[in-house]
Amino acid sequence: MPTTTIAGQAVEVNDEGFLTRPDQWSDDLGTELARLIGIELTADHWKLVRFLRDDFAHQGETATLRRVSTQTGTPIKSLFDLFPGKPAKKMAYVAGLPKPKGCV
Amino acid sequence: MTTTMRTLVVLGAGTAGTMVVNKLRHRLPTSEWRITVVDKDDLHDYQPGYLFLPFGLIEPEQVRRTRHGLITEGVELVLGDVDRVDQQAREVSLLDGRTLVYDELVIASGTSPRPDQTPGMLGAEWHRSVGEFYTYDGALALRESLAGFSGGRLVVHVTEMPIKCPVAPLEFAFLADDFLRRRGLRDRSEIVYVTPLDGAFTKPVASRELGHLLADKGITLETDFMVEHVDQERRVIVSYDEREVAYDQLVTIPLNMGADFVARSGLGDELNYVPVDKHTMRSTEHPAIWVLGDASTIPTSKAGSVAHFSVEVFVDNFVEHARGQAMTHSFDGHANCFVESGGGKAMLLDFNYDTEPLTGTFPLPHLGPMTLLKESRANHVGKLAFRHIYWNLLLPGRPLGLPAQMSMAGKVPAA
Repeated sequence: MPTTTIAGQAVEVNDEGFLTRPDQWSDDLGTELARLIGIELTADHWKLVRFLRDDFAHQGETATLRRVSTQTGTPIKSLFDLFPGKPAKKMAYVAGLPKPKGCV
Repeated sequence: MTTTMRTLVVLGAGTAGTMVVNKLRHRLPTSEWRITVVDKDDLHDYQPGYLFLPFGLIEPEQVRRTRHGLITEGVELVLGDVDRVDQQAREVSLLDGRTLVYDELVIASGTSPRPDQTPGMLGAEWHRSVGEFYTYDGALALRESLAGFSGGRLVVHVTEMPIKCPVAPLEFAFLADDFLRRRGLRDRSEIVYVTPLDGAFTKPVASRELGHLLADKGITLETDFMVEHVDQERRVIVSYDEREVAYDQLVTIPLNMGADFVARSGLGDELNYVPVDKHTMRSTEHPAIWVLGDASTIPTSKAGSVAHFSVEVFVDNFVEHARGQAMTHSFDGHANCFVESGGGKAMLLDFNYDTEPLTGTFPLPHLGPMTLLKESRANHVGKLAFRHIYWNLLLPGRPLGLPAQMSMAGKVPAA
């Protein structure tokens, strides 16, 4: 796995730039990862990122868009507003988690 | 010595439920185990046949039989709607007030299309210009619509993953291309494939191969499309990020969800699927509950082949479990799907939890080696022959000679 330096931290990433070791993530890293995809994190963003981190710790896999929506009570439309275009992928990226599978 | 009679209740008499009761009835002594299977009606459909109905490639009577005719002697079939499962009392209550007590419970209630979950999908044009082929009625209605189709934009659309038989929408697009060609309408038609995924399919290697096939057939691919609503009046589907795709005939795969009783019983996730151990199909929370077929969260395709392979592993385990022994079998997520690609050809995908769909050949007993991930005439013939295998060998629980575990013989690992 290639190693790169983000927010002054050496982290392992895959070929799409996703962190491969969720334990290497930190708040600072989240802020920087968001900035790299043009998003400034607000309290609304952080609520979702924290949910994703927490859910991953319990479930062992990244929550799907629908799961984020139902579990946090956030309409899917709002998720698209906060993380434009590909919210599921972008949320996972910022939270330092693998892309959600949800689909086999 | 007296043995206590125990009861196994199976909810759902579809592919997984029918196989499991038939197999277990032959393996569990009737003096020790009572087996009951519950379903809402007495109609068993060969669901892979739905794909062919709209194109007139199969007749309605070839896909439908009665459930009771497929269930072996010594198994009680109860017809009724499940209200809820009380896992503490080990009781299933039916909507008509009946109660079934169980020692062990198998949930095999599958997954169903839920057009009610997308605004505007149901409405005056449902089963007309807004078609679907994931139900018997829908597939027949679509046969009418396609017979009257005189050219225009045909849009094949997947609402959200996971869906059962994830290759079926692609197959539909391939067969539609063929159908329109044969009727001299292809030049006057556009086919668009709209998916919430970032490519043609979920698995990268297969996605690449299937993506090429779409391009070869002149089918346009619209990716990352999460539908927000259907506008039946303007004949467009609208995504959350406000993109629109116009259609003359829409063929949609509605959101798929597990049974409502799963939600009422507090057993499911946000799509009513029951979390299980992916190797034993045993509920992670309730040890007396097992989940087979499409109703669980196992991370592989929701497909008949998975139901088949996982039932075989489950049956061997359950016989051990019933004797008080440790369970020694483990499911590897093996899935095996024929992909009808039009022009009398098909591809074959073979994969499991850890391995991507492979190229090479697949040693299918009786029919000979099948080409993997590449179109061939033999694969198409294999797909058609499977209907007979399903009714006459698979459901009765006769051995097929196909190992449940995926084998690497003859296969070339993907680069």
